[in-house]
Amino acid sequence: MSVMEYNGGSVIAMVGKDCVAIASDLRLGNQALGITSNFQRVFPVTNRLYIGLPGLGTDVTTLRERFRYRVNMYTIKEERDIQPETFAHLVSSTLYEHRFGPYFIEPVIAGLSKAPSGGFKPFIAATDLIGCLNFAKDFVVAGTASAKLFGVAEGLWEPDLEPEDLFETISQTLLNAVDRDAFSGWGAVVHVITKDQVVTRTLKGRMD
Amino acid sequence: MASADGGAYSYSLTVFSPSGKLVQIEHALAAVSQGTTSLGIKASNGIVIATEKKSSSILIDDSMIEKVAVICPNIGIVYSGMGPDFRVLIARARKSAQAYWKVYGEYPPTKVLTQEIATVMQQATQSGGVRPFGVSLLVAGWDIHRGPSLYQVDPSGSFWAWKASAIGKNMINAKTFLEKRYNDDISLEDAIHTALLTLKEGFEGQMTEKTIEIGVITVPTIEELEAGKEGGESGRPRPTFRKLTEEEVKDYLAL
Repeated sequence: MSVMEYNGGSVIAMVGKDCVAIASDLRLGNQALGITSNFQRVFPVTNRLYIGLPGLGTDVTTLRERFRYRVNMYTIKEERDIQPETFAHLVSSTLYEHRFGPYFIEPVIAGLSKAPSGGFKPFIAATDLIGCLNFAKDFVVAGTASAKLFGVAEGLWEPDLEPEDLFETISQTLLNAVDRDAFSGWGAVVHVITKDQVVTRTLKGRMD
Repeated sequence: MASADGGAYSYSLTVFSPSGKLVQIEHALAAVSQGTTSLGIKASNGIVIATEKKSSSILIDDSMIEKVAVICPNIGIVYSGMGPDFRVLIARARKSAQAYWKVYGEYPPTKVLTQEIATVMQQATQSGGVRPFGVSLLVAGWDIHRGPSLYQVDPSGSFWAWKASAIGKNMINAKTFLEKRYNDDISLEDAIHTALLTLKEGFEGQMTEKTIEIGVITVPTIEELEAGKEGGESGRPRPTFRKLTEEEVKDYLAL
């Protein structure tokens, strides 16, 4: 069995109208054995930027600290918040540095980037475990339930969803997809990012 | 001890004199002030950097001399002092800009690149077996965060931001001239003319397109920024720094 499925877990991000959402399940397991139902794998990077790290549990912790360090150094040196596009490249190059002994993580990035005119533009991206970037206009998925997430998202997502509708869409997509995956589930967390706030909700899910 | 040549402290690079000076760094500054004059002016919609390019013999092919250098599409540098030392710094700065691009997928902001060059120059004041760089630099650049900015870097590794500055042989006169001429809402076109006038003040011989080098930062409009990169998402960033061609310099001199 692959290390990518060793602890389980899935993450999804979606674009809405002037907003983005990122959501993850909360399961951490040892293969088929569930260990905990409150394992966080989505973390804030700035006030308007989040990263989800589905994959091997130990690498979730390691990469989270690595990105925290590199983003802190960036913020101090450049005297500004890192933009989502820039952060995506940072994630990509960090992962590719370990091309031949990779971290077993497939990151998902969601945030709002500053437009030259002053507004904010939704941004989502995902990479594979060696940092190959995928900039999507609609949604990105990763983790043990990725195949199922793809299918459900294809059916439920539509363009220009308002924050409340985007929350409903991403929540239903995630909950229904992870119910078809033995290694994901056990509750979920959803972050909806708009220009003035981030709304975080914890959802209950099936416990089987 | 207090002799005019710097005395016992003038040879060791890293030993302070009792008066708190590092004499070799002062000598490096002396080398800079013998170099040809260079200057930079920040305008409301851009920056101009310029220098004189004089060769000691008419037999030298001056079309091959380059004193204004492009570091990356948004940053350019001009120097006064020792040419060979400048070449080394240019190579380092370009490497550093590309290394930044490899990590972040964009070119460095002016301040970050300036800091990087300044670090290289500082290291040459504290390492064994080397001498300080015999150059001062004027770094002109544009970035989304700070807009246009103009920095000066000295052999000691210190750097400052200027609205307008001059380095090299005639720096004192040139700076006085710039102080009289400068105002905050000068346009790029006016700044280029002011730059040429300032250079003319201390110029020996004929000022032509062959003996002048000019580089400009043009601040992009919001429309240009929204248009994104040349050739789509994975294309090249639109350059904001460029060197003026001999024809362009000729036109400015004619006015």
